[in-house]
Amino acid sequence: MAVASEVSGGVDSSTARTEVLRRIRAANGGAADGERAARQWSEIERDYRRTADLSREQILYLLEDRLHDYDAHVVRTRESEIAATVARMLTERGMRKIMIPQGLDPAWLPEGFDFAADQGASSIELDGFEGVMTASTCAIAVTGSVLLQNVPGQGRRAVSLIPDYHLCLVRVEDVVETVPEAFERLRPTAELPTTFFAGPSATADIEMTRIKGVHGPRFLDIILIE
Amino acid sequence: MNSASSVLDPKTSPTFPIAARATLGDTQLRKNVRHATEVIQNKRARVVGEMPDWQQLRESGRQIRQHTMANLDYYLEEFERNCTRAGGKVHWARDGEEAKQIVTSLVKASGSSEVIKVKSMTTEEIHLNLTLEAAGIRTYETDLAELIIQLGHDQPSHIVVPALHKNRQQIREIFQREMNLPELGEKPQDLADAARKFLREKFLRVRTAVSGANFLIAETGGVCIVESEGNGRMCLTLPETLITIAGIDKVLPRYEDLEVMLQLLPRSATGERMNPYNSIWTGVHAGDGPRSFHVVLMDNARTEVLADKEGRQTLNCIRCGACQNACPVYRQTGGHAYGSVYAGPIGAILTPQLQQLHHAQTLPYASSLCGACYEVCPVKINIPEVLIHLRNKVVKQKGILNPEALAMKTAGAIFRSERRFRAAQRLGRFAETPLVRRDGNGEGWIGWLPGLLGGWTQVRDLKEMPRETFRDWWEKRGGGGK
Repeated sequence: MAVASEVSGGVDSSTARTEVLRRIRAANGGAADGERAARQWSEIERDYRRTADLSREQILYLLEDRLHDYDAHVVRTRESEIAATVARMLTERGMRKIMIPQGLDPAWLPEGFDFAADQGASSIELDGFEGVMTASTCAIAVTGSVLLQNVPGQGRRAVSLIPDYHLCLVRVEDVVETVPEAFERLRPTAELPTTFFAGPSATADIEMTRIKGVHGPRFLDIILIE
Repeated sequence: MNSASSVLDPKTSPTFPIAARATLGDTQLRKNVRHATEVIQNKRARVVGEMPDWQQLRESGRQIRQHTMANLDYYLEEFERNCTRAGGKVHWARDGEEAKQIVTSLVKASGSSEVIKVKSMTTEEIHLNLTLEAAGIRTYETDLAELIIQLGHDQPSHIVVPALHKNRQQIREIFQREMNLPELGEKPQDLADAARKFLREKFLRVRTAVSGANFLIAETGGVCIVESEGNGRMCLTLPETLITIAGIDKVLPRYEDLEVMLQLLPRSATGERMNPYNSIWTGVHAGDGPRSFHVVLMDNARTEVLADKEGRQTLNCIRCGACQNACPVYRQTGGHAYGSVYAGPIGAILTPQLQQLHHAQTLPYASSLCGACYEVCPVKINIPEVLIHLRNKVVKQKGILNPEALAMKTAGAIFRSERRFRAAQRLGRFAETPLVRRDGNGEGWIGWLPGLLGGWTQVRDLKEMPRETFRDWWEKRGGGGK
């Protein structure tokens, strides 16, 4: 491909590029070929687990168990009772001022709380919210991970990052058992900003002790919608 | 040991045996390292044991990495094309100096005199912070361990948990002093809270961030970073400009390959089923994250490693640190003795190769070749094999007149001939006589040997040679031993 010669900090990137590629080709005994690479890639052995072994109920139980392990609070609810469940969770946490991304289903929002839809709030404005409520793309039971992408109802990344409390709604049909199943679902939207989270933020940097809550949300509740 | 004040640079660091002697004398450090590596090892064993398909994942991981290296030029160009198409800007650097110049000028162009940083061993490798500070750019490390290192004017001693050589009291002292918090408690929670407060203001204010990368995805032009604390998400999301620096070895062919790496990496690195946070983004996304995104692809002698048929598997490394936790040498000496930001078994093979064996020649010897590193490696790098290969190269490099090469050559000649072997045994029994001391049971021991051989008797006694060898005994019985 044609790359315009670009100079950053006195470094001619295009000269460096040519030289690095030359060195790689010299080391590999020639240039790689796209078709051959594609063929070789498809021949890579993939004998690991790529499908679910467990029943639906077992998968949900496993996800709940993993999330509890990470100190997240998990409840199940039915579609018709979402708003009531949200109200109960927020009341238990003593939360009022909640940020929501654009496109979150209004039927999920109970009366009596101060919900504000994201209009491109600054980081400092986001820091003024007690919590955030979002939907999710999918969840992985084996690892206890929930996945967010930049789509309506989940929003841009900063929204689900800065407030200290995250209430996340997961539909049971979006819960998969294994990591490969999740990647299969993500593939069509691979280029969207994507965040995996497994519990509230944590660190083990001090004597390998898991400490809950550093910079990301310190409190996490999950509502599973059956 | 006072490695704290100097940078871990293989070009200027003392040799491993000398540096290790100093760290072995630091009982606090050894206690901290032993505790931390034991905890991670146990956690890792537990979560790896949960996976019925762990060996299959390792094999796929190995094949993916090997395939990537064999087609590295193709995948780097594909990554560049797709990242550029998505609004990112890709820069190339032949070495660390060029990478530092590029990053410095990009930070200046962003209009900021400060940067927030996501933990990155690649930036540690090239000592980026020193260059940025010299250019008048203030750097803030945001990973808790890296913050401890930065505020303590210390150096990383582990690739995943860089401050594992410090305990809570030591960390508290650093924070009390550097954050001006005389009342700070020593519970880990207190320390994490102090870091949260200290850094949140930086996250909300600083407009430029510098990160490393765990994986670059050729197929999409995306970048993946895994982390625990949320500091990574802050740096990747809130600033206006993001500069990601990555070794050319960090590329993966396709998005789907992440499903393998994101299973292998967290379980191997921190003993977690998944990192608390993974971020994947592609170029610039309107209204979400930085408006200006740069990737610096750095060689810095990685192509030299690629050119070595036996050594190139070193590039398959995904920087999980499992080999460090498993290594009986690292567990005693800690990381600083390796004189490089890459310590432990992976450092013992990576550092000398990145130095093209001009420096760090003692590192391939910093191993008992027990193979524990190979067993835990998630992408099956045969580290003992590469260690032996590098030892061979070091000996060859020293030329045929160096004592070790001569000794090995002589030994080879002796072992090839029965006559010479017997003569050597006789000579040995004769030569050892003045050195042998008898213990209470009349057993003979040698406590000192001269010259090169002295390395053996420095830490252990050698038994005297037997009066009669097996061959002698066999022959004495006569009739072919019947």
